[in-house]
Amino acid sequence: MTILAIDSSALPLSVAILKDDVMLAEYTITLKLTHSETLMPVLDDVLKRTGVEPEDIDAFATAGGPGSFTGLRIGSATVKGLADALGVPVISVPTLKAMAYNVLCRDSLIVPMMDARRRNVYTGIFEYEGDDLKTILPQCAIPVTELLDRVASINKKAYFLGDGAKVFREEIDGRLESPHFFAPPHLCLQHSGAVAVLASKMFAEGDFTDAGSHRPDYIKSTQAEQEKKEAEKNGTLRELSAGGHTLYT
Amino acid sequence: MKDIYTLGIESSCDETAASVVKNGREVLSNIISSQIDIHTLYGGVVPEIASRKHIERINQVVDKAISESGISEKELDAVGVTYGPGLVGPLLIGVSFAKAYSYALRLPLIPVNHIEGHICANYIEDKELEPPFMCLIVSGGHTHLIRVLDYGEYEILGRTMDDAAGEAFDKIARVIGLGYPGGPKIDKAAADGDPDAVIFPRAHGKDEYDFSFSGLKSAVLNYLNSCEMKGEKISVPDTAASFQKAVVDVLTGNAARALDKYGDKCFAIAGGVASNSSLRSEMEKICVERGVKFCRPSPILCTDNGAMIASAAYYRFLKGERADLSLNAIPDLKLA
Repeated sequence: MTILAIDSSALPLSVAILKDDVMLAEYTITLKLTHSETLMPVLDDVLKRTGVEPEDIDAFATAGGPGSFTGLRIGSATVKGLADALGVPVISVPTLKAMAYNVLCRDSLIVPMMDARRRNVYTGIFEYEGDDLKTILPQCAIPVTELLDRVASINKKAYFLGDGAKVFREEIDGRLESPHFFAPPHLCLQHSGAVAVLASKMFAEGDFTDAGSHRPDYIKSTQAEQEKKEAEKNGTLRELSAGGHTLYT
Repeated sequence: MKDIYTLGIESSCDETAASVVKNGREVLSNIISSQIDIHTLYGGVVPEIASRKHIERINQVVDKAISESGISEKELDAVGVTYGPGLVGPLLIGVSFAKAYSYALRLPLIPVNHIEGHICANYIEDKELEPPFMCLIVSGGHTHLIRVLDYGEYEILGRTMDDAAGEAFDKIARVIGLGYPGGPKIDKAAADGDPDAVIFPRAHGKDEYDFSFSGLKSAVLNYLNSCEMKGEKISVPDTAASFQKAVVDVLTGNAARALDKYGDKCFAIAGGVASNSSLRSEMEKICVERGVKFCRPSPILCTDNGAMIASAAYYRFLKGERADLSLNAIPDLKLA
């Protein structure tokens, strides 16, 4: 079983190939948000260096969200194109669960945080039960204060990672009296290796789709859709369809 | 000579489209999934929503284009994709998908300029058409008057200095309550109106064949505003007809002067606004008066579609042009 996994949900761009229980390759670059230019050359390089042919791949996995909307779509459109052409399935791995899977920390909560702006984070709370990573709080977009209240109420050791953990480090230190730690740079951000391993578990459980059905899980609706909901409530749909301009008729 | 089959993928705005074309001219399939109904609610294209819809539909559209073509994806010779100009989010879906799809099938990838695609719709419509000819490309995002010197070689005579003609249609349609998309809605309303009811200004750009529509847009808004102040009832058909006439006068006026100067024997129109009934009939008159052959694609080829991209890709393919794996979307890509 060979899985090619991509994570382009945030600043890191990462491509991995998992063959049975061997991580044949993992390439991660954390530099600039130029994923649309970088992803395919990196993927090609990883395949060529490992001698894996596209036809050898049994399934394509991607960090399915949340994350940068554009970043998610670059990863998704890429696996959708590859999987469509080769007639193989797509595995959509929850971004935050894959991040939590970066750290093997059995005696504490694992809390990945992605900065979602305006003091919100994409986050979740995970904990190992034996070899299984259990979800305590499913991935969601919430204010950082709400997350820290949740973690404080569980009152356990907590391990933080992700760019959000960096941004809100002082706040975490200030809010939590319980012991807590921060991931070092090599474990802190997204890795496609973790996406690949989780994908192989999901695949074994039948948790995959065909290329056409796959779509990112943004968690958040678009601003326009939120405005539409508001307009429906206020009975101002006609004004909405004028795109914010004055209506003269 | 061996037949060449190209797959064209288009996602630059609010249509997800794919098509298989044989030898650049013969359409074997042409699948268009439009999002117009969704964006109508907002009075225009919302880029984030458009991007989300493209990714939901791209596989189904491409798969259907292949299955309806009667050939298998293994028989394709190349994949062409629009990489600009357009909205960056939507463009990235087509570009990312096409790079991956062509890579997995080991097919060459051909980068296609969306405006060039519109021009090539004429090669599909008129199998005899060959360069050189003059072409007016008018759509929601573009207004160009050009000379097609050879396949893929263009001389720009004029372009818009501000709004595209289609953009002006959209804006005016919104404020008179017709909604998005403005082009077809104004065209329809104008059929019952008097095009000389209100005289709006005809502006030109700074160069001889350039266009400008923002002044016209302001003039219409001022007119509507003054009617409202005076408590006069606004006639939607008359406003639509008068506005449309002003746009068509400017477009055809520049085209006529360019034809008189350059003496081209053939004139083509292209782009979404090339479906406008008034533009088509006025432009045809100008061509007939001068003994110039007039080409106009059928409306399905004027709207954004994959066939025009597959056609453009065919001619680029013949020239040996290939995109590499780092191909990116270029929202403000220029034609020449």
